Amino acid sequence: MAKVFAVTIIVITILSAIPVVLHTWWLAPDISTHGGPIDEQMSETMAEAGISFLASQIILALFIWRFSNPRPGEKIRNLPGGAPGLVAAAIMLVGAEVIALGIFGVKAWANVYFTPPQANAMPVQVQAGQFAFYFRYPGPDGKFGPLHPEMISETSQNVFGLDVDHDPDSKDDIVTAEMAIPINREIHLLMHSKDVGHSFFVPELRIQQDFVPGLDLSVHFTATKTGRYEIVCTQLCGLGHYNMRAFLSVMSQEDFDSWLKKQAAMQ
Amino acid sequence: MSFIRKYIFSLDHKVIGKQYYGLALVAALVGMVLSWLMRIHLGWTNFAIPGLHFLSANGAPGNVMTPEFYLQLMTMHATIMVFFVLTTAPFAAFGNYFLPIQVGAEDMPFPHFNMMSFWVTFVGFVVLVASFFVGDGPTLGGWTQYAPLSAVGAIGGPGEGTGVVLWATSIAIFCVGQLLGSLNFITTTLDMRTRGMSLWRLPLTAWGWFITSCMGLTAFAVLMPACILLILDHVAGTSFFVPSNLVISDQLQPHSGGSTLLWQHLFWFFGHPEVYIAIVPGMGIVSHVLITNMRKPMLSHRVLIYSMGALAVLSYMVYGHHMFVSGMNPISSLAFSFPTLLITIPSTIIVLIWLGSLYGAKLRINTATLFALGFISMFISGGVSGFFLAQPSIDIMLHATYFVVGHFHMVMGVAAMFGIFAGTYFWFPKMFGRMMNETLGKVHFWCSFVGTYAIFMPFHYLGMAGNVRRYQAFVVDYMHPFIPVHRFITVAALFTGASQLIFLYNLIHSRFWGVPATDNPWQGTSLEWSTPTTPPPHNNFGDKLPEVYHDPYQYGVESTVGDYVMQASPEKVKSAHEEA
Amino acid sequence: MSRDPAAEISPNLFGLDQANGLKPINNNPPARQPEANNEASAARGQETKFMKTRCKYRFAPAFSVLLLLSFVAVSWNAKVDAAATGKITGTIKLTGTPPHQKTIDMSKEPFCAKEHAANPVTTEGVVAGPNGGLKWVVVYISEGLDPASANQVPSVTPTFDQKNCQYIPHVMAVDVNQHFKVVNSDPHSHNIHPLPAPGGPNHEWNKSQPQGAPPIDTAWTAPEVAIHVKCNIHPWMSGYMAVVKGPSAISDENGSYTLDNVPPGNYTLTAWQETYGAQTQKVTVGAGATAKADFTYRAK
Repeated sequence: MAKVFAVTIIVITILSAIPVVLHTWWLAPDISTHGGPIDEQMSETMAEAGISFLASQIILALFIWRFSNPRPGEKIRNLPGGAPGLVAAAIMLVGAEVIALGIFGVKAWANVYFTPPQANAMPVQVQAGQFAFYFRYPGPDGKFGPLHPEMISETSQNVFGLDVDHDPDSKDDIVTAEMAIPINREIHLLMHSKDVGHSFFVPELRIQQDFVPGLDLSVHFTATKTGRYEIVCTQLCGLGHYNMRAFLSVMSQEDFDSWLKKQAAMQ
Repeated sequence: MSFIRKYIFSLDHKVIGKQYYGLALVAALVGMVLSWLMRIHLGWTNFAIPGLHFLSANGAPGNVMTPEFYLQLMTMHATIMVFFVLTTAPFAAFGNYFLPIQVGAEDMPFPHFNMMSFWVTFVGFVVLVASFFVGDGPTLGGWTQYAPLSAVGAIGGPGEGTGVVLWATSIAIFCVGQLLGSLNFITTTLDMRTRGMSLWRLPLTAWGWFITSCMGLTAFAVLMPACILLILDHVAGTSFFVPSNLVISDQLQPHSGGSTLLWQHLFWFFGHPEVYIAIVPGMGIVSHVLITNMRKPMLSHRVLIYSMGALAVLSYMVYGHHMFVSGMNPISSLAFSFPTLLITIPSTIIVLIWLGSLYGAKLRINTATLFALGFISMFISGGVSGFFLAQPSIDIMLHATYFVVGHFHMVMGVAAMFGIFAGTYFWFPKMFGRMMNETLGKVHFWCSFVGTYAIFMPFHYLGMAGNVRRYQAFVVDYMHPFIPVHRFITVAALFTGASQLIFLYNLIHSRFWGVPATDNPWQGTSLEWSTPTTPPPHNNFGDKLPEVYHDPYQYGVESTVGDYVMQASPEKVKSAHEEA
Repeated sequence: MSRDPAAEISPNLFGLDQANGLKPINNNPPARQPEANNEASAARGQETKFMKTRCKYRFAPAFSVLLLLSFVAVSWNAKVDAAATGKITGTIKLTGTPPHQKTIDMSKEPFCAKEHAANPVTTEGVVAGPNGGLKWVVVYISEGLDPASANQVPSVTPTFDQKNCQYIPHVMAVDVNQHFKVVNSDPHSHNIHPLPAPGGPNHEWNKSQPQGAPPIDTAWTAPEVAIHVKCNIHPWMSGYMAVVKGPSAISDENGSYTLDNVPPGNYTLTAWQETYGAQTQKVTVGAGATAKADFTYRAK
């Protein structure tokens, strides 16, 4: 039984490693400018975790195989180096490695959160609410009109609560149910929630950020490949959480300009 | 003594321990069935599960699960498992039974508190399950109950009214039970040790329970007021967790002034120590079982104790890793990231000590050993996925995906369950005077070990590929390819779940018809194997409390009884192993 | 004679079982009972007078004719009653420019987006027809209806359908306690969430209907014009249920409406539109006659 157990551990370990090595299920392809360091972190962590996983499971299996069902008269022995050696190994091999990962990972995090958006970043506002995302573009005046939550009416599709009659800045705002952005242009995404907690996740963009009711948050990013992607909500927000998504289209600048014109006509 | 005083409202810690075990068993069965329902729905979303409508007034029209019912089942599955199984069985059940015996005491110092702690926990369970039978059913906000969804009331969705109030009440009651229990454990360990039993001579199980109870006292003390504040937001019109200007279903909500992140801070300040409360007793049990079956002590008793203690201390400093992308200050995210990475060090030390101690051992393979070794394998698998989640930059891709779900199920769910099983097969003879059936035990082990890997390893791949968690169905385009994987997982889950019935049968059958056990079937050294009868008498040791002469794990020595010397034996030992 | 329909199902002076004849037919209020009874008692009065003054046999032919007429009156109750009830008809117009209705982008639910790709739908806050007619206006009798007519519950079960991520019909009128069915015709889940006035007699509820779930069969217990219905999963979905007592109608794209089976009487007629609210008019309905009542809303 011990030998079977040892073999089982090895088999499970190898089977678990195969999809990872083959990248059968892997991160979605990166279309962002800041995603490179994140993907590097992922690969390095996978290597480190993978080695730790393989080594420790194999050692476990080996020791189970070797030290079970002892022959009569066999005496117990201690591992050379004893506990101090293992503590040293833990601190030096694993501890140092993970701290190194952490330190190098600061840069990947800083790219996202400690670098402010450039001055010419295109602002887009996103509002999350049970159970849809809506987007707002500032229009030719470049300004977002104020929001009036008491005027929100999903029925009349005034989802942001704009007072177009009294707020001049709101007159040219463009509200859409899909997000489109031009390629290679930095986007400054202004985020707020209409009701409960939600989250904005686009795997290809390497962005995930919670919406916090009561807080205005923002992220910024630049997309480098055209295509149609999905924005999904990742913070449990109620029964429709699974169906809370919007499409993100990355287009050429010309295509984006004509898309925006078409949306403006539909306001 | 009447039946009620002896078996229902008993003051005997052993009866209380068994009561806790029974509660955990029932809770585990309920939690497991809930997971089956979830898994069937995830694989086959529009499947009409026969009889499902009996569980919910509105949640299963035509026996097809609605989106909210899935979330309600998920919330109850998690709440029941984390609180009423993983905190109850390894800690309250085995701890209540064996801690007083292992320190050499007659009972715990506050038997009435102890009895209350069980019945309070029981009431908490009843209140939680009652939420299935009210109005819109249980809350659907996950066991984490993030505000403001959990705080705005029924307008937030089905189950968000009465369901949340019942959930929070149940958990607050549970906290009271655990606080009473923790008080008893701490005082037992510090004040009730018998003559000769120094702190360092305590077995690793006792240290596991002691460290856990210290965490319990401080962590549950934060969760309880958080739950009370949540209840007040529902019934007293307060706004602790709800800011102003929220519009739900086109209606402006009347709250103002609250903070949604405050709930997350309070919850996770409890929540992270909680996962260590779930696993540290298991570490103690696994160490104890392994030592007895390896016939040698661990390479260093004290290093293991220090490491478990370090886990406990660090666990309070890492809670923000659940909140990396929550909107809290990104500098805080880095600040929490480093202790999270550091906590790998004591975890690694513990695993390496276990592995290193296996070297040169004389390992006896029985069901308890298999589950203990399985715990180590599971803890390694679940632990290494923590390397990813500890880093905020990678967490951007893995937060709220199945990667997280796979991580905590392996490292906490399955590993702790294996610890419970190891403890059960190991201590059943002492508790009931009969051996469990070894063949059935091994079948149970094999099905569980292979089955849980088949279930939870794929979760990590799904998470890497972006499969978001807490979705009742995968209608989003890029998740359609994941559905066949989910079906595979569901089949594995149903198979593994069914094999737990083998364990249930074994428990019940052995209780009444198992082979009678001797006082020390495993040739153990700690005080539980020194009781005059099996099961132990009411005052554990009869007329005279034992005196302790040795460290807890004197194996590999030459003595009159074999290769070991019991702690309570006055026999002098040749070639005893020195403590590091 | 009592106005309680139950009391009228009992053998009368002529030994006839009036149960079948007096049983309410759909939308026919029991108020028609007094008609038959008036005739019967009128006939009875005449008969008594004659018997007092002449030999009783002289009345036999007249008596037989009257008996026959009463029998006809009783057994052809429906025809007689239908002829006696009236209608209210009219047109509802909107003057001025109707407010712009926004196109609804359903891209988050691709099935519905595809179904509407050729003909995008707009919000339905104000739906005005080509000739200024206002659609989806609920017209009902808010005052003046006798309790028997008001409390009569039609036996038809209308359907409120969720199709292509819209509510069909956009506005539905039902009677208090009248059963209606909510159906999901889409291949994905919807969540129906009616929002009656908070603290009022009707209770809010919230139920999901996955694909394949059976229809929801339910009824409202108190009048309310109107209960807003939303879908939690698809935020653009919006509909209304107007819970009334007695006859009601919903205007079409020409703004035309007709209330059928209105017993003669003086009434207050109310028109309700979701954006512009309610307007009332006094209207008198003669027996078998059609009263006309037009409403005009002004676009702001």
